[in-house]
Amino acid sequence: MLKDEELDLLTGLLSEKYGYDFNNYARASLKRRVGRLMAIDRFPSFAELLHKVNHDAAYLPRMVQSLTVNVTEMFRDPSVFKTIRESVLPVLGTHPLIRIWHAGCSTGEEVYSMAILLEEANLLHRSLLYATDLNPMVIENIKKGIFPMSQMKVYSENYILSGGKKDFSRYYTAKYDWAKFDENLKSRMIVATHNLVSDRSFNEFQVIFCRNVLIYFDKTLQDHVLNLFDDSLEKLGFLVLGSKENLRFSSISKKYVQSDEKEKIWRKMK
Amino acid sequence: MAKNEMNGFKVVAIGGSAGSLETILAIVQGLPKSPGAAIIIIVHRKNDLESILANLLSFKTHLVVKEVEDKDPIYPDHIYIAPPDYHLLIEDEHSFSLDSSEKVQFSRPSIDVAFESVAEVFAGRAIGILLSGANSDGAKGLLKIRESGGYTIVQNPATADMGYMPQQAINLGAAQHVLDADALVATLNGLF
Repeated sequence: MLKDEELDLLTGLLSEKYGYDFNNYARASLKRRVGRLMAIDRFPSFAELLHKVNHDAAYLPRMVQSLTVNVTEMFRDPSVFKTIRESVLPVLGTHPLIRIWHAGCSTGEEVYSMAILLEEANLLHRSLLYATDLNPMVIENIKKGIFPMSQMKVYSENYILSGGKKDFSRYYTAKYDWAKFDENLKSRMIVATHNLVSDRSFNEFQVIFCRNVLIYFDKTLQDHVLNLFDDSLEKLGFLVLGSKENLRFSSISKKYVQSDEKEKIWRKMK
Repeated sequence: MAKNEMNGFKVVAIGGSAGSLETILAIVQGLPKSPGAAIIIIVHRKNDLESILANLLSFKTHLVVKEVEDKDPIYPDHIYIAPPDYHLLIEDEHSFSLDSSEKVQFSRPSIDVAFESVAEVFAGRAIGILLSGANSDGAKGLLKIRESGGYTIVQNPATADMGYMPQQAINLGAAQHVLDADALVATLNGLF
């Protein structure tokens, strides 16, 4: 396992030389990511990893992708999407233009899930879905809209559990091992890199999704990011977090009410 | 290495898979009123059985039973359960953290991941227990606990429901003690 001093050296280098600030990431998880990268790319020692990062700028994208977790799925925790269908979409329907931000959305499975929900509520044509992640490589996938065919069985089950009534396969075309999703779904997506640590608020939204991203941050950074969301959310907007994440430790919590006892959806009241 | 290794509270990390539930219930039921240790349970289970395990355990003990949420504090005399679909990590002596990265040993939560993190932070104050199961998760992590100065117990593969998992730990040299379920409960309580 990596030592604390070693992690500090690496995060220091990444931030000073390349502007990627991992200093306030939760250390236990980040150490595992670095250890995993060293094993996969066969670095015999930490010193050699550090040397590579220091002298080979071309290795940076690989590094950033490896340090961030890109595990996601469509309709992950289907009950959240069921609640959104039943309780959030009717509210969104009262707006002429619906703006939604998927922050730290990785390869975009969640964005496509939301687009399907909006399409089924006949709201997609007046929605804009902003899909952002700090990692330029993963967001390319969102623009393509191609996902592994092997996942479709699970996604289809999740879709049904989320209250979906249609045949899930209508949303994609199967090509060998890949499922290409309907062009119409991505017609309302705006895809961009955005770093929650260093970039600012860029719009006002009625819904912000940020699920299973805050778990990788320490409490200081969590609070910083939650304030960024607060600055980016309209009054009475919704903030959707991961199933084990919580607002309660943060400075913005007083302005929010958990809108459903079981789901991690908060509504901005002030 | 952990600071104040001799001073802080102990941590009991229990890993189990198929066939381990009965022993986990027996361990929890047999705990003293105030063991002075934090109990951390990592079991493989289906994602949809949310909180059922926590409810089940809370019927067997007066200690607080909690399924861990991100950055929850770690207190002695509490029982913590790794949530389904997340790896459970120890952020520092005072708090957990969660990680939803790739499965390890086909498992999330992985017992190896949690045990290694416990070993790293609690070292000589860690007690690792590996129970019945049908895969090889947990053995490496238990070895880490042992190598870091912790105390390790493995359920006797001959009398466990599924002997494969504890046997892997024995093969790796991770087991300080190999015990039947009854003796395991008694031995653990002798450590508090």
